[in-house]
Order: sequence, then C-alpha cells, then structure tokens
Amino acid sequence: MDLEAFFKNQNEKKQLKILTCGSVDDGKSTLLGRLMYDSKNIYSDQLSQTQTESKKYGTQGKEVDLALLIDGLQAEREQGITIDVAYRYFETEKCKFIVADTPGHEEYTRNMATGASNSDIGIILVDASKGILDQTKRHTFILSLLGIENIIVAINKMDLIDYDEITYKEIIRFFKLISSQFNFKTEKFIPISALRGDNVFIRKKNIHWYKGKTLIEELEQINLVDAEEDDFSMPVQWVNRLSSNFRGFSGTISSGKVKINDEVQVLPSKQKNRIKKILTPSGEKDFAIKDQAVTFTFDKEIDISRGNLICSNEKHNYFSSDQFASHIIWMNKEEMLPERNYIFRFINSQILGKITDLVHKVNINTFDKIASKSLSLNEIGYCKVALNKNTIFNSYKNNKKLGSFVIIDQFNNQTLAAGVIDHELRRASNISWQNMSINKNLRSSSNGQQPCILWFTGLSGSGKSTIANIIEQKLHQLGKHTYLLDGDNVRHGLNKDLGFTDTDRVENIRRIAEVSKLMVDAGLITIVSFISPFKSERKMARALVEEHEFIEIFVDTSINECEKRDPKGLYKKARAGQLKNFTGIDSNYEKPHSPEIILKTENNNAEDLAEQVLQYLKNNNKI
Amino acid sequence: MKLSHIEKLESESIQIIREVVAEFENPVMLYSIGKDSSVMLHLAQKAFYPNKIPFKLMHIDTTWKFKEMILFRDETVQKHNLDLLVHINEDGVRDKISPISHGSKIHTDVMKTQALKQALDKYQFDAAFGGARRDEEKSRAKERIFSFRDKNHRWDPKNQKPELWNLFNTKINKDESVRVFPLSNWTEIDVWQYIYQEKIPIVPLYFAKTRPIIKRDNMLIMIDDDRLELKQNETVEEIKVRFRTLGCYPLTAAVESSASSVEEIIIELLETKFSERQGRLIDNDQIGSMERKKQDGYF
Repeated sequence: MDLEAFFKNQNEKKQLKILTCGSVDDGKSTLLGRLMYDSKNIYSDQLSQTQTESKKYGTQGKEVDLALLIDGLQAEREQGITIDVAYRYFETEKCKFIVADTPGHEEYTRNMATGASNSDIGIILVDASKGILDQTKRHTFILSLLGIENIIVAINKMDLIDYDEITYKEIIRFFKLISSQFNFKTEKFIPISALRGDNVFIRKKNIHWYKGKTLIEELEQINLVDAEEDDFSMPVQWVNRLSSNFRGFSGTISSGKVKINDEVQVLPSKQKNRIKKILTPSGEKDFAIKDQAVTFTFDKEIDISRGNLICSNEKHNYFSSDQFASHIIWMNKEEMLPERNYIFRFINSQILGKITDLVHKVNINTFDKIASKSLSLNEIGYCKVALNKNTIFNSYKNNKKLGSFVIIDQFNNQTLAAGVIDHELRRASNISWQNMSINKNLRSSSNGQQPCILWFTGLSGSGKSTIANIIEQKLHQLGKHTYLLDGDNVRHGLNKDLGFTDTDRVENIRRIAEVSKLMVDAGLITIVSFISPFKSERKMARALVEEHEFIEIFVDTSINECEKRDPKGLYKKARAGQLKNFTGIDSNYEKPHSPEIILKTENNNAEDLAEQVLQYLKNNNKI
Repeated sequence: MKLSHIEKLESESIQIIREVVAEFENPVMLYSIGKDSSVMLHLAQKAFYPNKIPFKLMHIDTTWKFKEMILFRDETVQKHNLDLLVHINEDGVRDKISPISHGSKIHTDVMKTQALKQALDKYQFDAAFGGARRDEEKSRAKERIFSFRDKNHRWDPKNQKPELWNLFNTKINKDESVRVFPLSNWTEIDVWQYIYQEKIPIVPLYFAKTRPIIKRDNMLIMIDDDRLELKQNETVEEIKVRFRTLGCYPLTAAVESSASSVEEIIIELLETKFSERQGRLIDNDQIGSMERKKQDGYF
C-alpha cells in the first residue's frame, strides 16, 4: 500500500457535515446504519455486538437490525426510538462524513435544530408508504431557517410500495409545493430502500425506472454553495499575553481571508491597524482563511479584547447595536416570557437582555404567522430583542457565526433557545435622554430623605398591604414624602389591560418597576406592594435603580396561614377552580434568596414589623 | 482554497481549547498518556503558541498502568516543561484494590472514577479536558463537546443542554463543572494521520515488539510486573504484539501485530476488521456498560 498516496487522498477528501431528518419511523437510523455498513465503516466486533442486541431488541426478525448500530443510548434500545442527537462518522473514497442523526418526534424538534446548526446538507427522509407528514414540513422549515442551502429528499421504504414510480412522483410534487416557499439552492430527490440498500450505495434493478444518482453519489458530487459574505472577519476569542513580550489576538476566522500587512479595523472602536504576523496551526504564514484558528500580532499596540471584531478595512456590514429582530426557536419547558431578563450568548460575548416583542409565532405546519404572547417548547417566533449593552453582529444570512445566538437562563443556566438574527433595529439610538437641571438629589435633600424603593413581596394575604400602609403613615408623620403603589389599585388603572398569565405578570411588574424608578427620581420614598412572584422580575426592578436604593422586603407567611386568613376570599375561589393562575395554588412563587429585610408575620403584629422597617431606614441613613 | 478535513478538525479543537481558557477560572487537562492525550496536548500547545499552555495537566494514576506509560509521561513533562499533577486514590491503595482480585468493575470504579472525583474536588477544577472521541463508543456519540456535570460529577444523558453552532454554554453554578472534549469529531484514523503528519511522540507500547504475554479469556495480556500471577495452564509466551489503546495493564489486551511504525499501524488499521475498544475489557461487562459508568462520573 502506498502511504503517501493514501495521505494525499485523505487530505484531498472533502469534509461533509450532513443531517438526517424526517418523521419518526421514516427509517433514519436504518439509513445511517446502511451508510456505515455499506461504506465498510463498521468493524466486525461492533457488528457482532449488534447481532447480540438484534436478538434482544431487534425488529427485523433474523436479520441484523442496522438501526441498533446507531441508537446508542440504552433507553433508546429499549424503547426503539432515538431520543437525542448522535454524531456518526464514515468515509468513502472521496469524502469524510460527519453525520448528525436527529430524532423525528415532535418533542425533540430542538435536537433537530441543534443538528442542523452544524450541518452543510440536510437529508430529509420521507416514508413512501405514508407520504409527506407534518414533521416533514416542520423539518424543512427548520433547515431553511438555519440556513441549510442544500437538501436531498430521500424517499425511503420504496420496497413497501412495490417501487411504484407514480407514488414517488406524487410525493415529489407535493414536497415541491412546500419547498417552493423557501430558498434552497439545491434540492435533489432519490427513491431508496435503506433496509434493502436500494440506491443508497448500489443501484439495483428494483427501481429500474430511476436513472439518477445513488444517495452516496449525490452526496459526493454535491457542490456546496457558500452564500456567506467573503470579506474578512474574525471575532476575538482570547487575548494571548501570557508572557510580557508577546501580545497576540486569537480567534477563528469567520469569513473571507487575510494577509500579512493588510490594513484592518477593530470594532467597535473602529481603530485601524496593520497585521504583522499570522500564526496558524501550521506555523507562521503569510495568509489565513475562513475556519482557521489563528493568532495575529499588530503593528501598533491598541486596546482589543474578547468580543471585539477584527475585520476588513474596506467595507463591512457589521452592526454595533443593542437591538435586533430575529427568529427564535424555544427549546425549554419553561415558556419564553417577553420582558424577562435572559443571558444572550453570542460568539465570544454574553450579555443580559430581553425579548421586548414577540411579533408573531410561526405555525410550522402551515407556515402561518399567528399572534401570541409567549413561546413554548419547540415553538418558533419572530422577536425583537433589546440588550443591556451593544454587541457586534451581522445578519445570519451574511455570516452564520456572527448572526447566531443562544439564550441561557441566568439562574439555572439551562440553554433555553437559539436565535438567528434578521436585521438590526435602530430604535434605541434615536431616543436620546433629555437632560434635566433639577435632579433627584436636589428634590429629596430639601426634606432630609434619601429616595428609595421599599419593595414588598409575598403571597396574597401575607400582610404586605397592611404593613406597607402603616409604614407610609409613620413616614408621613415624620414629614417624609412617600407614595404607595399597591397591586390591586394599579391593576384598576395603569395595568388594567393585563391579566394573570405568567406573561402578563412579567409585564405588570415591569411597568411598576419603571414607575417606581420615576418616583425615586422624583425624590420619593416609594413603597411597592405586589406579590411579584418571580425572581427575575424583582432582579430587573433592582437593576433599574442604584443598588442601595432598592430594599427588598420579603413578607414571609406560609401558604397555610395565608389561606386561613384569606381576607379577600381568593384562595377559596382558586381552590374551587374559579380563579386561574393563582400564586401559590397553580402559579409559582419564587422566594427571594437574600432580601434586605424578612418580616415574619405569623408571630408578630403589623405595628412591630413596620417599626422594624423604619429602623432599617434609619440605620441606613434613608431618613 | 479550502481547509482539508484534518485542518478543519485541528482548528475546531483549538477553538474549543481557547474557549475554556477564556471562560473558566480553573481548568485542567486530564492526561491519560495515550495517543489521544498526546494529540490533545499537541493541539493545546498550538492554541497558546508562542506561550506555554496556561493550565495544569492531571494524570489519574490507578497504580496499574504499564511501566512504559509512566516513563513516557515523565519524559513528556520534562521535555515540554509542563505542570503535571498526579492523583492516586489512597483509599483504594489502602484497601489493596486491584483489577486482578476485585475485577475490572470495582477496580475501575475505585481507582479511576472515584479517584477522578476526589481530585476534581480537591483542586476545585471547574472544567476538565478529556481526549474522548465520539466514534469510540455509542454513548459517547451523543455527548456534548461541553458536557455538564452536577456537583456529584454526574452526567445526565437525558438532560443535556442543546449545543448549537460553536456557541457553547459555559455557565455553571458553584461546585458544578464541565468536561470538555476537544477531539469529539476526530476518528481513530484521523488521530493516526495527525500523529504521522505532525510527528507527535507516542508511548512505544503502540508499536509491535516481542513482549511477554499470557492468553487469558481469549485476550492477550502482557506481564508488566510480578503482580499478575499465572493461573494453572497459563504460560508466558514471547509474542510480537502491540496495543491499540492503553489502560491498566491487566485490563488491556494486546493484538498480534508486526506494525512497528506509525505508517505500518495506519496500514494495519485500514486492513483490520476490529474496532479499537475491543481490547478494553471494561466496556463489555454488560450491554450499555459505558453509558452506566459515565452516569456515575467516569470519563
């Protein structure tokens, strides 16, 4: 064997990342098993292990169940379904394949999106005996959304319909009706039987009327269309200054190519610089190209940090902004709530932000746009996003690396969603702050008080309003200027358009928080008395004012006690099912972790508790 | 002009390694002395060139590794001036846990899994690199590149976070950690090709040589020291063998081979019909055994 020739061939092999998708039982795992088996990428001990397992779990009688080669996890072998994304590797004479095998069940749509995010080609499997299903449409939509330009529709189980050409053509016609709504660059159709191996690697006479390529020929010969921009860009991942005499900027080139002595600019500072050295994995080179992990040094010392973008000096279409519109795929059981703070993870930066508007939700079976207030697991929406500070991005269409993000929960760190940026929104930059000459210090100093928010939180009936009332009276007697915002009262006016769903509760608190901020600005001691059940919204309210201006008061009364008191008869109604989304009954209350003050009402009277708060204000020089 | 397959893998791994250094406080690289560890170390050196790698290496020593492995480890550390921690589960040493008397399951659990957890707790590492690849074993095929572990170091295969693009979720709470697998997308042949092209040194046990071997349960086991006692009817034979993976010597089967260079190994590999984990006794304890071990915190 000629090893040099072998390596030359290995190095010339194309790397293809493919994704197999389709509805449950369309035969994805069987197809993959077939690809690996026929490409001789399965070792004999793996095969014999699969033979053992086929006897135990197999569905193919005496034959080896090729799907069992693929379904890795124990639970899947037992249930006979694929429950997660699995990555598989095989190679042919011409190509190295990395395959994401993704599940067809509706509840695992998020895994399919995960697989699609890292693939070049999508293979959509259709069961010829069942035709196009809702899942097929859903997956076609997700492939398009995640920017996959090349798709192959493999119409499988042709053996079950006696290799009938008319049915095959009918499926193609129907599929084209769907795909015409998207913008795939290449779209191929192949009739196959993964179980029998027809038209996967070998052409068999069963499908004599089909004159096209086999699946593997199609894959090997596909000409990948790279629709992304070709101007140079590299997001800075890490600054290498581990020794005092070296300062380099490391990252992976996200588009285009760059040479030494090229003049580049750094965003957001727009400073210009000249590339001095390019360190690539193969040593110091004169140039570097897309997807290479490199380190640059520059002519002059300038301030560059992680999250900055080094890009072509001539032209670029990057935005440095805090607002954009994007499609978001929700991937968590906890539903998306507009106005809630989440972590937005971009390439090389993580920024707190929120979804300000859900413009519409997409029905992924009909592709209709429908109005909605929130997104649940596996739903896709078109959203406006506002971040707490600027970041650099591009549209996903122009640059996948700079146009994608994931959303992470700031408390439990779950990955909640994935998003692809459509375009920048300019709203923020058009509203500038009106400077006022009288500020809150001047307004409040006249009567010897420091403005602040006393934020009462606790279950309905815990005693918030009672205690808040007494405090306001006491402060008034001391000549302090106050205002009490009460949950029920505000819902009669400012917030009367809001109900009690989680979405509305978040919006309710957001408005209250903003109003409180204005009142603090007016110099008032602002007393807020709302159930405010969610940690994130209380955190959001806290973030609006100075840290020392926010005093969180947890009125700690057990649900049993509240229910016993039931001053407004609400618990009774909720138990009887007449009140929906009632906190503590069928809606969650998240206790504060470290409130400034905890008031235990069960063994104390309201007067003493109010005094406790007053004492806190004195100790902290608020009054 | 496009990157070749190997160049793409190389850059992807470097990006992963840099991301850990950028996002975590106290990372460590688990160095098992095998060929995958050698490749991972080589990639880390490239990632931070011209500077030294900014984290420690750690070897979990079960006390049953081949002598040549330990020798190679110490030479590598010295040659590259690396910062290496070696951790041994002293409880296991005290209890005289051995793969011979206790079997592979208990030995692996105490001297590898428990030892690893002890060390991670002791040094409070928040991220640990491992050289595992997805093509090695079916449950690994489903594991994320950034694989979350709870405070008991457990992996929950049904509750993995979605991993899209290269946007890794690096957020963890106190006492939680991640295992990071920069070689996730490499296959065995990719690893060998890279070792060949980059001239990466590996433990000589990978090369065929005449070694003292006994045949036990259809496996060729090398006698590395006098702790492995011969059973009745067993005799030591001098056979030309090599190892496709390296672990504890009584648990690692050799294969008969005459491949004495990387080139010959690659040729042999292309012609062979057996997968590389076949020489590992621990995987075949029961169906799905690797998956169970990983849930318990095994690498």
